[in-house]
Amino acid sequence: MAGMGVQHHTFDAVIVGAGGAGLRAAIETAGKCRTAVITKLYPTRSHTGAAQGGMCAALANVEEDSWEWHLFDTIKGGDYLVDQPAAEIMCREAIDAVIELEHFGLPFNRTPAGRIDQRRFGGHTRNHGEAPVRRACYSADRTGHMILQTLYQQCVARDVVFFNEYQVLDMALVDGRVGAVIAYELATGNLHVFHTKAALFATGGFGKMFKVSSNAHTLTGDGPGLLYRRGIPMQDMEFFQFHPTGIYKLGILLSEAARGEGGILRNAEGERFMERYAPTVKDLAPRDMVSRAIQTEILDGRGVGPDHDAVHLDLTHLPPEQIDEKLPDITEFVRTYLGIEPKTAPVPIQPTAHYAMGGIPTNIDAEVVVDTAGTVVPGLYAAGECACVSVHGANRLGTNSLLDIVVFGRRGGRAMVDFVRGVDRPEVPAGVEDDVRARIDAIVGGAGGEKVARVRADLQAAMTEKAFVYRTEESLAAMGSVLGELRERYARVVIDDKGPTFNYDLTEALELGYLIDLAEALVVSARARTESRGAHFRDDHPLRDDANWMRHSLVSRGRDGTVELTYKPVVAGDYLPMERKY
Amino acid sequence: MAGVDVELRIKRFNPDTDARPHWQTFQLQADPTDRVLDTLHAVKWEQDGTLSFRRSCAHGVCGSDAMVINGANALACVELVRDAVGAGAGGGTITVEPIRGLPVIKDLVVDMEPFFAQYRSVIPHLVNTDPVGDRERLQSPEERARYDDTTKCILCAACTTSCPIYWGNSGYVGPAAIVNAHRFIFDSRDAAAEERLDILNQRSGVWRCRTAFNCSEACPRGIKVTEAIQEVKRAIVYDRV
Ligand SMILES: Cc1cc2nc3c(=O)[nH]c(=O)nc-3n(C[C@H](O)[C@H](O)[C@H](O)COP(=O)(O)OP(=O)(O)OC[C@H]3O[C@@H](n4cnc5c(N)ncnc54)[C@H](O)[C@@H]3O)c2cc1C
Ligand code: SF4
Ligand code: FES
Repeated sequence: MAGMGVQHHTFDAVIVGAGGAGLRAAIETAGKCRTAVITKLYPTRSHTGAAQGGMCAALANVEEDSWEWHLFDTIKGGDYLVDQPAAEIMCREAIDAVIELEHFGLPFNRTPAGRIDQRRFGGHTRNHGEAPVRRACYSADRTGHMILQTLYQQCVARDVVFFNEYQVLDMALVDGRVGAVIAYELATGNLHVFHTKAALFATGGFGKMFKVSSNAHTLTGDGPGLLYRRGIPMQDMEFFQFHPTGIYKLGILLSEAARGEGGILRNAEGERFMERYAPTVKDLAPRDMVSRAIQTEILDGRGVGPDHDAVHLDLTHLPPEQIDEKLPDITEFVRTYLGIEPKTAPVPIQPTAHYAMGGIPTNIDAEVVVDTAGTVVPGLYAAGECACVSVHGANRLGTNSLLDIVVFGRRGGRAMVDFVRGVDRPEVPAGVEDDVRARIDAIVGGAGGEKVARVRADLQAAMTEKAFVYRTEESLAAMGSVLGELRERYARVVIDDKGPTFNYDLTEALELGYLIDLAEALVVSARARTESRGAHFRDDHPLRDDANWMRHSLVSRGRDGTVELTYKPVVAGDYLPMERKY
Repeated sequence: MAGVDVELRIKRFNPDTDARPHWQTFQLQADPTDRVLDTLHAVKWEQDGTLSFRRSCAHGVCGSDAMVINGANALACVELVRDAVGAGAGGGTITVEPIRGLPVIKDLVVDMEPFFAQYRSVIPHLVNTDPVGDRERLQSPEERARYDDTTKCILCAACTTSCPIYWGNSGYVGPAAIVNAHRFIFDSRDAAAEERLDILNQRSGVWRCRTAFNCSEACPRGIKVTEAIQEVKRAIVYDRV
């Protein structure tokens, strides 16, 4: 295969990923240190652009609010697995982060007085759970699109250097610190070694390990996956959020904003069943609870549709103007993909794999932390969905991810600027790209007869059957064996395309490798955690067990394939664990 | 739902082996409610892995997969098989080609750099050097509504590459760049409207537009592209926004 020449580049800092987290970090380093942003997609294609509902900050523009209440909701929503000092930073800095986005030009919806408008969102309450509060700042139902566009515009204004459609496949440590990042250029098939003092990973989620998912095809966990192979442990992988309202079968998200605007969930009997599960906040309970409630309704035979495996999201009682003004995009998805008019008919929905709470362990400056003692790898940073700070604990509240990406993207960028000022660039040995080359050669030269798409489809189906909303020892053990088989099949994968130009056949094969590794990390962590907390629900251990499990999992994989778990304590704060009722 | 037989005709080009593009036909079964993107995946994943096309979100929000489907620009993830093969048909042919006016690199993948360079040429970011303080700038809902439509743009290039003027003259900035200029020109918080209007008043700017309306029809986000261009023309002529 032509291609695979090697080019070298030298920067002070490298940012891997150009979603909200990567772009926000780039704005921070622009003009302060020589930075390259490397992204496998054009920046504006990043999945941040798919976020709909909003971004919370206690601006108190429409009713009384305070960042302490936001903090309380975040901790409670996260089922107390949240590191409270980190969450405090996020909720405090939220206010300034939103204002800054407005100053960058973000077209927020406005109140009649011209301030940023705010609306209700699941799990966000007034005064420690009294009633829902209007805290989510939004731009119709395309808030993520506006954040992504605005941050990209600001990068254009600052002449940020982008390497678009370069896929990062490895990172090289030199004497224990970051020395280089290795990327594959999609247009030419060449390899690029970026010599650097620091690297920030912002590669987003990995929902594509599940069949029904709100995630883009490209959300394959490359950043966490390649670092995991370099010995960096992954934190809290068992906590994966299943969003209650995915479009039936397709998994495309219908934002919680639909319920924030007054939408109601109903079962086959037309009953507003959330009244039974969360009497105070009803349809606006946190996602894990609503997803389980839906799944229970379905399992108890009250599902809708030909297979009784969905429930209805009912918007028919909302004024049509409100739907057009506040929820234009998501109602259009329903019309396009289901042929249903949501103003007059209820929409069939089911839970969809949505958000990874777990990922690369980081501290409040986005530095990657590799053990229970808080040791950092000099020069290595992560932010956004691929990172685990942990501000979302066992279950992220809606709107807190858009917040996370801007707050910790900014902090990570700042920390990198400080770091690179004080250090020289490590001498990177020749041949750091050899591992990547070997991996690519093995796939291109493969002759085992397994198709990437088939192995991936089997992974997704099995994960959705065995490691979804409800889990048991039995289902997870079975998933463990399936993963063993999938790993063997993966070793025999063949691809048709052997060429150097836009060889997505090859990149899909490489991505599948990460998905398998991360699925295994998830399953091993989930199997060990014999309790139910947040998004991780074990039928065989249905209660939260603070005595034994008030701790974060760290999973790592040795060269010989053994997977090990260690645990680190949750960083406590003012809020003591209590039962989670809404 | 009953499957339909689809004949997918794809314009292919591999720079490493082909002197010029050629058509290739694939037969497959699809659901009427499948996206055209699903049929491309079916080919790539089951029949011929060498087929290259960009895609990511699969529901019309990332702008990766604009292509010419049955002669018209569309996003493959928004266009359904049902509509592409014709109503009530038991099956049919869907033709897929790369968008026009940008150099083809491989199969359905075109070089987007010229398009993004044109976007960058119109100062596509808020300009305002007034001191801002620590609260948001005020903007009334009416002022906000003034430029709402053009904030929806996902930079898919469907409009620009449907424009006959653009095909004939790649010096023209094209509808998408004008849409993104419009988004700031009519934003009450922005201070660089004049510079942008000057840029768009040049030879490469709005006056190339002959209101063919192809762009508005092509826009998957339903943006009234031609209207936005007209508003920019009017702002140049009457010197007011
Ligand atoms: C449908 C949907 C709706 C949502 N709505 C909300 C909401 O209303 N509020 C909220 O707070 N959160 C919401 N979320 C969650 C939130 O949008 C995401 O968690 C967040 O945007 C992730 O941002 P990110 O910057 O971490 O990653 P992304 O935006 O996913 O960006 C990842 C980047 O990494 C790059 N990349 C990946 N792998 C590589 C590689 N190997 N080499 C180089 N580059 C690479 C990609 O090109 C991309 O630029 C929603 C999520 C979804 C899916
Ligand atoms: S205006 Fe519409 S068609 Fe043109 S680039 Fe934007 S979204 Fe695409
Ligand atoms: S894949 Fe994102 S717009 Fe079609």
